[in-house]
Amino acid sequence: MSEIPGDLKFNKTHEWARVEDGGLVRVGISDHAQAQLGDLVYVELPEIGASVTAGNAAAVVESVKAASDIYSPVSGEVVEVNEALSDKPETINEDAFGEGWIYVVRMSDRAELDQLLDASAYEEVVENEDH
Amino acid sequence: MTEKTVLNATHRALGARMVDFGGWDMPINYGSQIEEHHAVRRDAGMFDVSHMTVIDLHGARTKAFLRHLLANSVDKLKVHGKALYSCMLNEQGGVIDDLIVYFLGDAHYRLVVNAATRAKDLAWIQQQAQGFGVEVKERPEFAMVAVQGPNARAKVLGLLHEVDRARIEKLGKFAAAAAQGPHGMPLFVARTGYTGEDGFEIIVPAEHAVALWEALAAAGVVPAGLGARDTLRLEAGMNLYGQDMDETVSPWEANLGWTVALDEGRDFIGRAALEKQKADGVRRVMVGLVLDEKGVLRHGQKVLTAIGEGEILSGSFAPTLEKAVAFARIPAGEPGAVRVDIRGRELPVRLVKYPFVRDGKPCDGI
Repeated sequence: MSEIPGDLKFNKTHEWARVEDGGLVRVGISDHAQAQLGDLVYVELPEIGASVTAGNAAAVVESVKAASDIYSPVSGEVVEVNEALSDKPETINEDAFGEGWIYVVRMSDRAELDQLLDASAYEEVVENEDH
Repeated sequence: MTEKTVLNATHRALGARMVDFGGWDMPINYGSQIEEHHAVRRDAGMFDVSHMTVIDLHGARTKAFLRHLLANSVDKLKVHGKALYSCMLNEQGGVIDDLIVYFLGDAHYRLVVNAATRAKDLAWIQQQAQGFGVEVKERPEFAMVAVQGPNARAKVLGLLHEVDRARIEKLGKFAAAAAQGPHGMPLFVARTGYTGEDGFEIIVPAEHAVALWEALAAAGVVPAGLGARDTLRLEAGMNLYGQDMDETVSPWEANLGWTVALDEGRDFIGRAALEKQKADGVRRVMVGLVLDEKGVLRHGQKVLTAIGEGEILSGSFAPTLEKAVAFARIPAGEPGAVRVDIRGRELPVRLVKYPFVRDGKPCDGI
Protein backbone atom coordinates (compact mmCIF):
# COMPACT_ATOMS: atom_id res chain seq x y z
CA MET A 1 0.00 0.00 0.00
CA SER A 2 1.25 3.47 -0.84
CA GLU A 3 2.01 5.93 1.91
CA ILE A 4 -0.82 8.16 3.11
CA PRO A 5 -0.06 11.80 2.19
CA GLY A 6 0.23 13.93 5.31
CA ASP A 7 -1.73 16.88 3.89
CA LEU A 8 -4.96 14.91 3.56
CA LYS A 9 -7.92 14.68 5.91
CA PHE A 10 -10.16 11.63 6.00
CA ASN A 11 -13.61 10.29 6.70
CA LYS A 12 -13.74 7.05 8.65
CA THR A 13 -15.51 5.77 5.53
CA HIS A 14 -12.24 6.16 3.54
CA GLU A 15 -12.83 9.35 1.56
CA TRP A 16 -10.00 11.88 1.53
CA ALA A 17 -10.18 15.68 1.39
CA ARG A 18 -7.37 17.98 0.25
CA VAL A 19 -7.81 21.65 1.13
CA GLU A 20 -6.76 23.86 -1.78
CA ASP A 21 -6.69 27.59 -2.39
CA GLY A 22 -9.85 29.66 -2.28
CA GLY A 23 -11.86 27.41 0.03
CA LEU A 24 -11.85 24.53 -2.46
CA VAL A 25 -11.61 20.93 -1.30
CA ARG A 26 -10.64 18.07 -3.62
CA VAL A 27 -12.23 14.70 -2.74
CA GLY A 28 -11.27 11.12 -3.52
CA ILE A 29 -11.08 7.69 -1.91
CA SER A 30 -8.07 6.25 -0.12
CA ASP A 31 -5.64 3.75 -1.53
CA HIS A 32 -6.85 1.33 1.13
CA ALA A 33 -10.44 1.78 -0.10
CA GLN A 34 -9.57 1.14 -3.75
CA ALA A 35 -7.66 -1.99 -2.75
CA GLN A 36 -10.65 -3.24 -0.77
CA LEU A 37 -13.05 -2.54 -3.64
CA GLY A 38 -10.89 -4.14 -6.31
CA ASP A 39 -10.91 -3.19 -10.00
CA LEU A 40 -13.18 -0.20 -10.51
CA VAL A 41 -15.33 -0.28 -13.63
CA TYR A 42 -17.72 2.66 -13.29
CA VAL A 43 -17.88 5.98 -11.45
CA GLU A 44 -21.10 7.94 -11.09
CA LEU A 45 -19.94 11.55 -10.69
CA PRO A 46 -21.96 14.31 -9.04
CA GLU A 47 -23.19 17.12 -11.27
CA ILE A 48 -21.36 20.43 -11.32
CA GLY A 49 -23.40 22.85 -9.26
CA ALA A 50 -24.91 20.14 -7.11
CA SER A 51 -24.83 20.75 -3.40
CA VAL A 52 -23.36 18.04 -1.22
CA THR A 53 -23.59 17.55 2.52
CA ALA A 54 -20.87 16.23 4.79
CA GLY A 55 -21.52 12.56 5.56
CA ASN A 56 -24.04 12.12 2.75
CA ALA A 57 -23.57 10.19 -0.49
CA ALA A 58 -22.23 12.40 -3.28
CA ALA A 59 -20.95 9.89 -5.84
CA VAL A 60 -20.87 6.15 -6.48
CA VAL A 61 -17.92 3.98 -7.42
CA GLU A 62 -18.55 0.51 -8.75
CA SER A 63 -16.00 -2.26 -8.77
CA VAL A 64 -16.55 -5.61 -10.43
CA LYS A 65 -17.93 -6.91 -7.17
CA ALA A 66 -19.88 -4.04 -5.60
CA ALA A 67 -21.26 -0.51 -5.80
CA SER A 68 -20.17 1.85 -3.02
CA ASP A 69 -21.42 5.27 -2.05
CA ILE A 70 -18.84 8.03 -1.68
CA TYR A 71 -19.70 10.14 1.36
CA SER A 72 -18.69 13.77 1.07
CA PRO A 73 -16.13 14.83 3.71
CA VAL A 74 -17.43 18.41 3.62
CA SER A 75 -20.56 20.33 2.61
CA GLY A 76 -20.74 22.78 -0.25
CA GLU A 77 -21.18 23.17 -3.99
CA VAL A 78 -19.52 20.88 -6.53
CA VAL A 79 -17.41 23.04 -8.84
CA GLU A 80 -15.41 20.44 -10.76
CA VAL A 81 -15.65 16.70 -11.45
CA ASN A 82 -13.02 14.31 -12.79
CA GLU A 83 -14.53 13.53 -16.19
CA ALA A 84 -11.53 11.35 -17.05
CA LEU A 85 -12.92 8.73 -14.67
CA SER A 86 -15.89 8.15 -17.01
CA ASP A 87 -13.60 6.43 -19.49
CA LYS A 88 -10.85 5.33 -17.12
CA PRO A 89 -12.34 4.47 -13.72
CA GLU A 90 -9.25 2.32 -13.08
CA THR A 91 -7.33 5.59 -12.56
CA ILE A 92 -8.59 5.38 -8.97
CA ASN A 93 -6.96 1.96 -8.58
CA GLU A 94 -3.73 3.26 -10.05
CA ASP A 95 -3.46 6.61 -8.25
CA ALA A 96 -6.12 7.01 -5.57
CA PHE A 97 -4.52 10.02 -3.88
CA GLY A 98 -3.61 11.84 -7.11
CA GLU A 99 -5.06 11.44 -10.62
CA GLY A 100 -7.92 9.41 -9.18
CA TRP A 101 -9.60 12.39 -7.46
CA ILE A 102 -13.39 12.44 -7.93
CA TYR A 103 -14.72 15.98 -7.44
CA VAL A 104 -13.92 19.44 -6.06
CA VAL A 105 -16.29 21.19 -3.70
CA ARG A 106 -16.42 24.85 -2.62
CA MET A 107 -16.90 24.27 1.08
CA SER A 108 -19.61 26.12 2.93
CA ASP A 109 -18.44 25.43 6.49
CA ARG A 110 -14.71 25.35 7.18
CA ALA A 111 -15.37 24.05 10.70
CA GLU A 112 -16.33 20.67 9.20
CA LEU A 113 -12.64 20.09 8.48
CA ASP A 114 -12.05 19.74 12.22
CA GLN A 115 -14.36 16.73 12.28
CA LEU A 116 -12.14 14.82 9.84
CA LEU A 117 -9.26 12.51 10.73
CA ASP A 118 -5.68 13.48 10.04
CA ALA A 119 -3.40 11.06 8.20
CA SER A 120 -2.08 9.27 11.28
CA ALA A 121 -5.54 8.87 12.84
CA TYR A 122 -6.79 7.45 9.53
CA GLU A 123 -3.85 5.09 9.37
CA GLU A 124 -4.96 3.74 12.72
CA VAL A 125 -8.50 3.18 11.41
CA VAL A 126 -7.07 1.16 8.53
CA GLU A 127 -4.80 -0.87 10.79
CA ASN A 128 -7.67 -1.71 13.13
CA GLU A 129 -9.71 -2.90 10.15
CA ASP A 130 -6.95 -5.20 8.98
CA HIS A 131 -6.67 -7.00 12.30
CA MET B 1 -15.03 -21.02 12.38
CA THR B 2 -14.17 -20.60 8.72
CA GLU B 3 -12.59 -23.55 6.97
CA LYS B 4 -9.33 -23.37 5.08
CA THR B 5 -8.17 -25.32 2.06
CA VAL B 6 -4.70 -26.84 2.09
CA LEU B 7 -3.62 -24.01 -0.26
CA ASN B 8 -4.61 -21.24 2.18
CA ALA B 9 -1.05 -20.31 3.17
CA THR B 10 -0.02 -20.37 -0.50
CA HIS B 11 -2.74 -17.84 -1.36
CA ARG B 12 -1.73 -15.60 1.50
CA ALA B 13 1.93 -15.76 0.52
CA LEU B 14 0.88 -14.60 -2.96
CA GLY B 15 -0.82 -11.57 -1.38
CA ALA B 16 -4.36 -12.74 -2.09
CA ARG B 17 -7.32 -10.77 -0.78
CA MET B 18 -9.23 -13.37 1.21
CA VAL B 19 -13.01 -13.46 1.75
CA ASP B 20 -15.51 -15.76 3.38
CA PHE B 21 -17.17 -17.90 0.71
CA GLY B 22 -19.77 -20.34 1.99
CA GLY B 23 -17.88 -20.76 5.25
CA TRP B 24 -14.48 -21.04 3.52
CA ASP B 25 -11.62 -18.55 3.66
CA MET B 26 -10.94 -18.16 -0.06
CA PRO B 27 -8.96 -15.83 -2.36
CA ILE B 28 -11.19 -13.32 -4.19
CA ASN B 29 -8.20 -12.02 -6.16
CA TYR B 30 -4.41 -11.81 -6.05
CA GLY B 31 -4.32 -8.14 -7.10
CA SER B 32 -6.49 -7.51 -10.14
CA GLN B 33 -9.58 -9.58 -10.74
CA ILE B 34 -9.83 -8.24 -14.29
CA GLU B 35 -6.26 -9.23 -15.17
CA GLU B 36 -6.91 -12.71 -13.79
CA HIS B 37 -10.06 -12.92 -15.90
CA HIS B 38 -8.10 -11.99 -19.05
CA ALA B 39 -5.32 -14.46 -18.18
CA VAL B 40 -7.88 -17.27 -18.29
CA ARG B 41 -9.51 -16.04 -21.52
CA ARG B 42 -6.17 -15.52 -23.28
CA ASP B 43 -3.70 -17.99 -21.77
CA ALA B 44 -4.10 -20.11 -18.64
CA GLY B 45 -5.22 -19.50 -15.08
CA MET B 46 -5.74 -21.71 -12.04
CA PHE B 47 -8.30 -21.69 -9.26
CA ASP B 48 -8.23 -23.40 -5.90
CA VAL B 49 -11.61 -25.12 -5.80
CA SER B 50 -10.73 -27.45 -2.94
CA HIS B 51 -13.72 -26.13 -1.01
CA MET B 52 -15.98 -28.10 -3.32
CA THR B 53 -17.21 -31.40 -1.97
CA VAL B 54 -16.18 -34.73 -3.48
CA ILE B 55 -18.48 -37.65 -2.68
CA ASP B 56 -17.82 -41.22 -3.77
CA LEU B 57 -20.72 -43.64 -4.13
CA HIS B 58 -20.11 -47.36 -3.97
CA GLY B 59 -22.40 -50.34 -4.27
CA ALA B 60 -23.95 -52.67 -6.80
CA ARG B 61 -27.10 -50.53 -7.02
CA THR B 62 -25.34 -47.15 -7.37
CA LYS B 63 -26.55 -46.66 -10.93
CA ALA B 64 -30.14 -47.40 -9.96
CA PHE B 65 -29.76 -44.94 -7.07
CA LEU B 66 -28.47 -42.16 -9.34
CA ARG B 67 -31.26 -42.80 -11.86
CA HIS B 68 -33.59 -42.00 -8.94
CA LEU B 69 -31.58 -39.13 -7.41
CA LEU B 70 -30.72 -37.02 -10.47
CA ALA B 71 -32.83 -35.18 -13.05
CA ASN B 72 -30.32 -35.96 -15.79
CA SER B 73 -29.87 -39.61 -16.71
CA VAL B 74 -26.70 -41.50 -15.80
CA ASP B 75 -27.75 -43.93 -18.53
CA LYS B 76 -25.89 -41.50 -20.81
CA LEU B 77 -22.63 -42.45 -19.06
CA LYS B 78 -21.40 -45.46 -20.99
CA VAL B 79 -17.64 -44.98 -21.01
CA HIS B 80 -15.43 -45.17 -17.93
CA GLY B 81 -14.50 -41.66 -16.75
CA LYS B 82 -17.37 -39.91 -18.55
CA ALA B 83 -19.01 -36.99 -16.70
CA LEU B 84 -22.52 -35.57 -16.64
CA TYR B 85 -23.90 -32.27 -15.34
CA SER B 86 -27.18 -32.63 -13.46
CA CYS B 87 -29.56 -31.05 -11.01
CA MET B 88 -30.59 -32.85 -7.84
CA LEU B 89 -34.24 -31.96 -7.17
CA ASN B 90 -36.66 -32.13 -4.30
CA GLU B 91 -40.14 -33.62 -4.73
CA GLN B 92 -41.50 -30.19 -5.73
CA GLY B 93 -39.01 -30.00 -8.61
CA GLY B 94 -36.91 -27.35 -6.85
CA VAL B 95 -33.15 -27.50 -7.24
CA ILE B 96 -31.34 -28.79 -4.13
CA ASP B 97 -27.99 -28.44 -5.92
CA ASP B 98 -26.30 -28.75 -9.29
CA LEU B 99 -23.42 -31.17 -9.57
CA ILE B 100 -21.14 -33.21 -11.79
CA VAL B 101 -21.29 -37.01 -11.65
CA TYR B 102 -18.42 -39.17 -12.95
CA PHE B 103 -18.84 -42.80 -14.02
CA LEU B 104 -15.90 -44.70 -12.56
CA GLY B 105 -17.22 -48.26 -12.69
CA ASP B 106 -20.45 -50.22 -12.50
CA ALA B 107 -20.36 -49.96 -8.72
CA HIS B 108 -18.53 -46.63 -8.34
CA TYR B 109 -19.61 -43.11 -9.23
CA ARG B 110 -18.15 -39.80 -8.01
CA LEU B 111 -20.11 -36.61 -7.34
CA VAL B 112 -18.68 -33.11 -7.07
CA VAL B 113 -21.17 -30.79 -5.35
CA ASN B 114 -21.10 -27.16 -4.20
CA ALA B 115 -19.32 -26.12 -1.02
CA ALA B 116 -22.10 -23.93 0.34
CA THR B 117 -24.63 -26.78 0.10
CA ARG B 118 -22.36 -29.52 1.44
CA ALA B 119 -24.25 -30.38 4.64
CA LYS B 120 -27.74 -30.46 3.15
CA ASP B 121 -26.53 -32.35 0.07
CA LEU B 122 -24.86 -35.03 2.16
CA ALA B 123 -27.92 -35.40 4.38
CA TRP B 124 -30.23 -35.67 1.36
CA ILE B 125 -28.02 -38.10 -0.54
CA GLN B 126 -27.57 -40.30 2.54
CA GLN B 127 -31.30 -40.33 3.21
CA GLN B 128 -32.12 -41.26 -0.38
CA ALA B 129 -29.33 -43.86 -0.57
CA GLN B 130 -30.74 -45.94 2.28
CA GLY B 131 -33.13 -47.94 0.14
CA PHE B 132 -30.37 -48.78 -2.35
CA GLY B 133 -27.64 -50.03 -0.04
CA VAL B 134 -25.25 -47.45 -1.50
CA GLU B 135 -22.26 -46.30 0.53
CA VAL B 136 -21.95 -42.47 0.57
CA LYS B 137 -18.40 -41.43 1.31
CA GLU B 138 -17.19 -37.85 1.45
CA ARG B 139 -13.55 -37.42 0.37
CA PRO B 140 -12.23 -34.43 2.35
CA GLU B 141 -8.68 -35.70 1.86
CA PHE B 142 -8.79 -34.38 -1.71
CA ALA B 143 -7.94 -30.89 -2.91
CA MET B 144 -9.03 -29.60 -6.30
CA VAL B 145 -7.38 -27.20 -8.75
CA ALA B 146 -9.12 -25.95 -11.90
CA VAL B 147 -6.70 -25.02 -14.71
CA GLN B 148 -8.54 -23.12 -17.43
CA GLY B 149 -7.78 -21.23 -20.61
CA PRO B 150 -6.75 -21.82 -24.23
CA ASN B 151 -3.25 -22.93 -23.13
CA ALA B 152 -4.33 -24.69 -19.92
CA ARG B 153 -4.31 -28.25 -21.24
CA ALA B 154 -0.88 -27.93 -22.82
CA LYS B 155 0.58 -26.58 -19.60
CA VAL B 156 -0.92 -29.38 -17.52
CA LEU B 157 0.14 -32.06 -20.03
CA GLY B 158 3.73 -30.89 -19.72
CA LEU B 159 3.67 -31.73 -16.02
CA LEU B 160 2.30 -35.25 -16.39
CA HIS B 161 4.35 -38.42 -16.46
CA GLU B 162 5.37 -39.18 -20.05
CA VAL B 163 3.41 -42.41 -20.16
CA ASP B 164 0.17 -40.54 -19.40
CA ARG B 165 0.52 -37.53 -21.70
CA ALA B 166 -0.87 -38.90 -24.97
CA ARG B 167 -3.82 -40.50 -23.21
CA ILE B 168 -4.75 -37.36 -21.26
CA GLU B 169 -4.25 -35.20 -24.35
CA LYS B 170 -6.90 -37.32 -26.10
CA LEU B 171 -9.33 -37.05 -23.21
CA GLY B 172 -12.66 -35.82 -24.60
CA LYS B 173 -14.69 -32.95 -23.17
CA PHE B 174 -16.56 -33.91 -20.03
CA ALA B 175 -14.40 -36.96 -19.41
CA ALA B 176 -11.86 -37.80 -16.72
CA ALA B 177 -8.97 -40.20 -16.17
CA ALA B 178 -6.27 -40.94 -13.64
CA ALA B 179 -2.72 -39.76 -14.36
CA GLN B 180 0.59 -39.22 -12.60
CA GLY B 181 1.58 -35.63 -11.94
CA PRO B 182 4.86 -34.07 -10.77
CA HIS B 183 6.89 -36.39 -8.48
CA GLY B 184 4.49 -39.20 -9.37
CA MET B 185 1.58 -37.70 -7.44
CA PRO B 186 -1.73 -39.41 -8.31
CA LEU B 187 -4.16 -37.09 -10.13
CA PHE B 188 -7.75 -37.40 -11.28
CA VAL B 189 -7.83 -35.19 -14.37
CA ALA B 190 -11.22 -34.09 -15.74
CA ARG B 191 -11.72 -32.04 -18.89
CA THR B 192 -14.40 -29.90 -17.30
CA GLY B 193 -14.63 -26.35 -16.05
CA TYR B 194 -16.65 -23.32 -15.08
CA THR B 195 -15.18 -20.60 -17.28
CA GLY B 196 -16.25 -21.30 -20.88
CA GLU B 197 -12.64 -22.12 -21.75
CA ASP B 198 -11.01 -25.45 -22.36
CA GLY B 199 -9.00 -26.90 -19.50
CA PHE B 200 -8.92 -29.41 -16.70
CA GLU B 201 -10.27 -29.72 -13.20
CA ILE B 202 -7.77 -31.79 -11.23
CA ILE B 203 -8.53 -33.68 -8.05
CA VAL B 204 -5.33 -34.27 -6.06
CA PRO B 205 -4.61 -35.71 -2.60
CA ALA B 206 -4.36 -32.71 -0.27
CA GLU B 207 -0.75 -33.45 0.68
CA HIS B 208 0.33 -32.94 -2.95
CA ALA B 209 -1.80 -29.85 -3.70
CA VAL B 210 0.86 -27.24 -2.88
CA ALA B 211 3.46 -29.01 -5.04
CA LEU B 212 0.97 -29.24 -7.90
CA TRP B 213 0.08 -25.53 -7.56
CA GLU B 214 3.76 -24.55 -7.56
CA ALA B 215 4.53 -26.71 -10.58
CA LEU B 216 1.62 -25.12 -12.45
CA ALA B 217 2.81 -21.63 -11.48
CA ALA B 218 6.31 -22.49 -12.71
CA ALA B 219 4.71 -23.58 -16.01
CA GLY B 220 3.22 -20.09 -16.36
CA VAL B 221 -0.30 -20.72 -15.09
CA VAL B 222 -1.61 -17.55 -13.40
CA PRO B 223 -3.34 -17.85 -10.00
CA ALA B 224 -6.90 -16.54 -10.28
CA GLY B 225 -9.40 -15.87 -7.52
CA LEU B 226 -13.10 -16.51 -7.05
CA GLY B 227 -13.83 -13.00 -8.38
CA ALA B 228 -12.51 -13.89 -11.83
CA ARG B 229 -14.17 -17.30 -11.60
CA ASP B 230 -17.52 -15.56 -11.13
CA THR B 231 -17.19 -13.17 -14.11
CA LEU B 232 -15.83 -15.97 -16.31
CA ARG B 233 -18.72 -18.33 -15.57
CA LEU B 234 -21.28 -15.53 -16.00
CA GLU B 235 -19.86 -14.62 -19.43
CA ALA B 236 -19.93 -18.34 -20.27
CA GLY B 237 -23.63 -18.50 -19.37
CA MET B 238 -23.23 -20.87 -16.43
CA ASN B 239 -25.54 -20.78 -13.44
CA LEU B 240 -24.41 -20.22 -9.87
CA TYR B 241 -26.35 -22.17 -7.27
CA GLY B 242 -28.01 -19.94 -4.67
CA GLN B 243 -28.01 -16.95 -6.99
CA ASP B 244 -29.53 -18.25 -10.24
CA MET B 245 -31.51 -21.15 -8.82
CA ASP B 246 -32.42 -22.69 -5.48
CA GLU B 247 -35.04 -24.97 -3.97
CA THR B 248 -37.88 -22.62 -4.99
CA VAL B 249 -36.87 -22.71 -8.66
CA SER B 250 -37.28 -25.57 -11.13
CA PRO B 251 -34.82 -26.35 -13.94
CA TRP B 252 -37.44 -25.02 -16.43
CA GLU B 253 -37.22 -21.62 -14.73
CA ALA B 254 -33.42 -21.62 -14.61
CA ASN B 255 -32.65 -22.43 -18.25
CA LEU B 256 -31.57 -25.89 -17.17
CA GLY B 257 -34.21 -27.79 -19.14
CA TRP B 258 -31.38 -29.24 -21.24
CA THR B 259 -30.15 -31.10 -18.16
CA VAL B 260 -33.49 -32.79 -17.48
CA ALA B 261 -33.91 -36.22 -19.06
CA LEU B 262 -37.57 -37.22 -19.25
CA ASP B 263 -36.58 -40.67 -20.45
CA GLU B 264 -39.08 -43.50 -20.56
CA GLY B 265 -39.82 -45.24 -17.28
CA ARG B 266 -37.29 -43.46 -15.04
CA ASP B 267 -38.88 -42.27 -11.82
CA PHE B 268 -36.48 -39.61 -10.53
CA ILE B 269 -37.19 -37.32 -7.58
CA GLY B 270 -39.12 -34.25 -8.73
CA ARG B 271 -40.17 -35.74 -12.08
CA ALA B 272 -43.91 -35.60 -11.43
CA ALA B 273 -43.69 -31.95 -10.40
CA LEU B 274 -41.60 -31.06 -13.44
CA GLU B 275 -44.02 -32.78 -15.82
CA LYS B 276 -46.98 -30.99 -14.23
CA GLN B 277 -45.22 -27.64 -14.48
CA LYS B 278 -44.42 -28.29 -18.12
CA ALA B 279 -48.03 -29.26 -18.89
CA ASP B 280 -49.48 -26.27 -17.02
CA GLY B 281 -46.99 -23.85 -18.59
CA VAL B 282 -43.90 -22.42 -16.92
CA ARG B 283 -44.64 -18.98 -15.49
CA ARG B 284 -41.12 -17.58 -15.17
CA VAL B 285 -38.17 -17.74 -17.52
CA MET B 286 -34.49 -16.96 -17.19
CA VAL B 287 -33.04 -14.61 -19.79
CA GLY B 288 -29.74 -12.93 -20.59
CA LEU B 289 -29.43 -9.13 -20.41
CA VAL B 290 -26.82 -6.73 -21.79
CA LEU B 291 -26.49 -3.12 -20.61
CA ASP B 292 -25.02 -0.97 -23.38
CA GLU B 293 -25.02 2.17 -21.23
CA LYS B 294 -22.59 2.82 -18.43
CA GLY B 295 -23.42 1.14 -15.16
CA VAL B 296 -23.32 -2.31 -13.64
CA LEU B 297 -26.13 -4.88 -13.47
CA ARG B 298 -26.19 -6.55 -10.07
CA HIS B 299 -28.00 -9.26 -8.16
CA GLY B 300 -31.34 -8.04 -6.78
CA GLN B 301 -31.95 -5.13 -9.16
CA LYS B 302 -35.53 -4.85 -10.40
CA VAL B 303 -36.25 -5.68 -14.06
CA LEU B 304 -39.22 -3.92 -15.65
CA THR B 305 -41.05 -5.54 -18.58
CA ALA B 306 -44.38 -5.05 -20.36
CA ILE B 307 -45.78 -8.10 -18.57
CA GLY B 308 -44.54 -7.50 -15.05
CA GLU B 309 -41.46 -7.24 -12.91
CA GLY B 310 -38.51 -9.56 -12.70
CA GLU B 311 -35.20 -9.62 -10.92
CA ILE B 312 -31.50 -9.72 -11.75
CA LEU B 313 -29.97 -13.01 -10.61
CA SER B 314 -26.23 -13.01 -11.43
CA GLY B 315 -25.08 -9.64 -12.77
CA SER B 316 -21.67 -8.09 -13.19
CA PHE B 317 -19.34 -6.07 -15.31
CA ALA B 318 -18.07 -8.52 -17.93
CA PRO B 319 -14.35 -7.89 -18.52
CA THR B 320 -14.24 -9.57 -21.95
CA LEU B 321 -17.12 -7.42 -23.18
CA GLU B 322 -16.28 -4.27 -21.19
CA LYS B 323 -19.93 -3.81 -20.27
CA ALA B 324 -22.40 -5.26 -17.83
CA VAL B 325 -24.33 -8.48 -18.45
CA ALA B 326 -26.74 -10.43 -16.30
CA PHE B 327 -29.14 -13.30 -15.95
CA ALA B 328 -32.65 -12.28 -14.95
CA ARG B 329 -35.83 -14.15 -14.11
CA ILE B 330 -38.87 -12.49 -15.64
CA PRO B 331 -42.49 -13.47 -16.30
CA ALA B 332 -42.95 -15.79 -19.31
CA GLY B 333 -44.45 -14.13 -22.40
CA GLU B 334 -43.66 -11.12 -24.56
CA PRO B 335 -41.59 -8.77 -22.37
CA GLY B 336 -41.47 -5.81 -24.79
CA ALA B 337 -38.83 -3.18 -24.04
CA VAL B 338 -36.94 -4.18 -20.91
CA ARG B 339 -35.45 -1.77 -18.37
CA VAL B 340 -33.49 -2.24 -15.17
CA ASP B 341 -33.82 -0.03 -12.11
CA ILE B 342 -30.31 0.96 -10.99
CA ARG B 343 -30.48 3.14 -7.88
CA GLY B 344 -33.73 4.75 -9.00
CA ARG B 345 -32.72 5.26 -12.64
CA GLU B 346 -34.38 3.09 -15.29
CA LEU B 347 -31.85 2.04 -17.92
CA PRO B 348 -32.74 0.13 -21.11
CA VAL B 349 -31.24 -3.35 -21.48
CA ARG B 350 -31.16 -5.80 -24.37
CA LEU B 351 -32.58 -9.29 -24.02
CA VAL B 352 -30.09 -11.73 -25.54
CA LYS B 353 -29.45 -15.39 -25.96
CA TYR B 354 -26.43 -16.46 -23.95
CA PRO B 355 -23.60 -17.56 -23.44
CA PHE B 356 -22.19 -14.08 -23.76
CA VAL B 357 -18.64 -15.33 -24.43
CA ARG B 358 -17.35 -18.61 -25.82
CA ASP B 359 -13.71 -19.66 -26.32
CA GLY B 360 -12.39 -16.20 -25.60
CA LYS B 361 -14.68 -14.33 -28.03
CA PRO B 362 -17.94 -12.40 -27.59
CA CYS B 363 -20.85 -14.38 -29.04
CA ASP B 364 -22.86 -13.02 -31.97
CA GLY B 365 -25.39 -10.39 -31.00
CA ILE B 366 -23.73 -9.51 -27.67
